Amino acid sequence: MTETNEFRQEVRTWLEQNCPDSMRSPHRSDADICWGGRNFTFQSQDQKLWLERMAGKGWTAPAWPIEYGGGGLGRAEVKVLKEELARIHARPPLISFGISMLGPALLKFGTEELKQQHLPPIVRGEIRWAQGYSEPNAGSDLASLAARCEDRGDHYSLSGSKIWTSYGDLGDWMFCLVRTDFEAKKHEGISFVMFDMAAPGVTTRPIRLISGKSPFTETLFDQVRVEKNQVIGELNQGWTVAKYLLTHEREMIASTGLSSAGTIPVGRTAAHVLGTDNGVLHNAMLRTDIAKFEMDERCLELTIERARDEVKAGVSLGATSSMFKYYGTELNKRRQELLMSIHGNDALHWEGEKSHEGRLARAWLRSKGNSIEGGTSEIQLNIVSKHILGLPG
Amino acid sequence: MALVLNDEQLMLRDAARHFLSEQAPVSQLRELRDTGNEDGFSRELWSGMAEMGWTGILVPEEHGGLGYGFTGIGLILEECGRTLTASPLHASSLVGVAALLLAGSSDQRSKLLPAVAAGEHLLALACDEGPIHDPLRVNCRAEADTGAWAINGSKTAVVDGHIADSLIVSALTGGGVSLFLVPANTSGVTVNRVAVLDTHIMATVEFKQVQLGEEHLLGEKDSAQGTLDSILDVARIGAAAEMLGLAQEAFERTVEYLKQRKQFGVPIGSFQALQHRAAQLFGEIELCKSLVLKSLHALDDGEDDLAELASLTKAKTGETARLATAEAIQMHGGIGMTDDFDIGFFLKRYRILENLYGDSNFHLDRFARLRGY
Ligand SMILES: Cc1cc2nc3c(=O)[nH]c(=O)nc-3n(C[C@H](O)[C@H](O)[C@H](O)COP(=O)(O)OP(=O)(O)OC[C@H]3O[C@@H](n4cnc5c(N)ncnc54)[C@H](O)[C@@H]3O)c2cc1C
Repeated sequence: MTETNEFRQEVRTWLEQNCPDSMRSPHRSDADICWGGRNFTFQSQDQKLWLERMAGKGWTAPAWPIEYGGGGLGRAEVKVLKEELARIHARPPLISFGISMLGPALLKFGTEELKQQHLPPIVRGEIRWAQGYSEPNAGSDLASLAARCEDRGDHYSLSGSKIWTSYGDLGDWMFCLVRTDFEAKKHEGISFVMFDMAAPGVTTRPIRLISGKSPFTETLFDQVRVEKNQVIGELNQGWTVAKYLLTHEREMIASTGLSSAGTIPVGRTAAHVLGTDNGVLHNAMLRTDIAKFEMDERCLELTIERARDEVKAGVSLGATSSMFKYYGTELNKRRQELLMSIHGNDALHWEGEKSHEGRLARAWLRSKGNSIEGGTSEIQLNIVSKHILGLPG
Repeated sequence: MALVLNDEQLMLRDAARHFLSEQAPVSQLRELRDTGNEDGFSRELWSGMAEMGWTGILVPEEHGGLGYGFTGIGLILEECGRTLTASPLHASSLVGVAALLLAGSSDQRSKLLPAVAAGEHLLALACDEGPIHDPLRVNCRAEADTGAWAINGSKTAVVDGHIADSLIVSALTGGGVSLFLVPANTSGVTVNRVAVLDTHIMATVEFKQVQLGEEHLLGEKDSAQGTLDSILDVARIGAAAEMLGLAQEAFERTVEYLKQRKQFGVPIGSFQALQHRAAQLFGEIELCKSLVLKSLHALDDGEDDLAELASLTKAKTGETARLATAEAIQMHGGIGMTDDFDIGFFLKRYRILENLYGDSNFHLDRFARLRGY
């Protein structure tokens, strides 16, 4: 107990001195997010400084081992760090698929050489990663993927296409599921490979979303050179790595269900925007919906906390991440619906200062994708019923 | 406190599960009903619970109890929910004891707690007066008259009121609400048993010129509203623990049935329409587990700002138990509607617990108020 208290004091002092004032408020738009990478343009000197300072402590990936640039913190310490960051409403110094997705898979399945090569630049936000999983004909049925990766002696050669690659045009490197055995059963011929997206033969084509943005692409490969040492796990055993990574991705997506530190709760927003009679909202139906939503939000928060405590006590999480993914994303859709109702016609604005360029409407539209990306809600329910409840078929 | 059970608590839960499945399975409830048992619970079982120390599990050791705290009794209540065990554990050993711990004078505690811990003296809370839980609506009056009180009025939905030795009664006392400890055998107290739909028994109690000395006042005069709310929050969390147990049991029985029952030549559990509903229900139950555990820990930690959490826990667990029992019936098909089959008992018990100490709507409203909208 006293140890964590000491650590808390240390963190608090450090943050006081090192977190720039302008970084002490939640992201207001996508543009506020620091993704890092070779071509990233920092929005401000503060944003750059904040990343460098946090990365210097390894606190962009606080739980990773120090030898790979991480913070080397234990679970209790990571929690303290999070709480202290939330306390001053500090925004994340870096958001990165490298940290939330690739890192955990590398740490578990990667060779020492690969860990040394890839993890430190991820911590420092130097390399931005893209995820090459889905293909036009392999979505929910991911294992039917067809991107062909052939052995050419000293290297592999990759041809085929991926789709829905989030920020594919901004990625520096890609982690990618490819077929390396063309005879084997569909789950057994897949490998997990990595390559530099600047390599000849990689083309990206933007796809525009209903929210008006184009954060993802179609990604085409024409005889792209993949080095032989850039395979995580055994050749043809990529499905195991892919599934492990997905559990982390799902946990990350699940947390979109929780309001991030510093955002105003939906109920309080409603009271502020719509006014109250003796502390009670006029619209009884809306009020009930909000109360149910806020209850469920708190439930999810506590359940994620309980799951982490259980992991610490030695219970493995496994398929439960599907439950969180399902619940968190459905919850975020409800949040966005409520915010649209609360703000009425103001929420319909698509441009202009007042609406921050249609922030609400865009967030509402974007939230519909939460229950599709990382495996759809239906697929998560399939996983829960088969792997947790043991239902047949 | 980490949201997991420690070894001692795990042992307690396993012991409870073992004891209840042997001594008080669902068939016992059926038997109580079919034999028209007057008490609505088995005295023999109650002695067994006393021997296990459960009757005094919340009572501090200095007063003859085990001092295991709220988490301890909560786990047992959850197990009682699984077996639909009828006993005064919730009314007396949880709510009654909590009332004495929260509001009792040291005299009242040392006089009553040892007997309550031994299961020999039963307590019941009498606060509601109308068909819908509303602790603010108090018409029952207590008037002071030369060093004594005279209580007049009536109470409804007094859980286990028919077997209580002392009633904890809310009444208006000029400047506000006060609580009283009323021995059930005081002259002027009339208790009427009402069997409710799951064969448990609630009572209505009438008070006519019930004369009580000053020592029967529980807590401070005129300002018991807050204390009553705290006692009720304990009752709510306890009811939620029980609902969590029954929801889990109903759900597990249903999943088992989905694997066994065949139609169209395959187990009905292979139909995706049922799989997805089962998976959703699984998630809801997981959420409730976190709520109940968090609430019990919060009670043990003596957190003062419990109201919001208690309302959340009661409302959400109630809603989940509703879903679990409704889906249980639906997924069992016709057999689920038969009296011979046990699943209907779960539905009935859920409805009682849902109503007690405020239903889901009451707590949604209270939660929203507490959050400022
Ligand atoms: C915002 C966003 C970002 C994304 N980012 C990436 C990325 O960076 N990298 C990447 O590789 N992919 C990414 N994806 C792709 C995503 O993983 C897929 O869209 C998803 O797995 C669904 O595949 P699909 O689009 O082919 O839909 P389909 O698989 O065709 O599904 C269509 C519908 O059928 C349902 N369905 C399918 N199979 C079943 C079944 N067995 N039982 C019941 N229902 C079923 C689905 O639930 C869905 O409702 C992203 C998607 C979105 C929306």
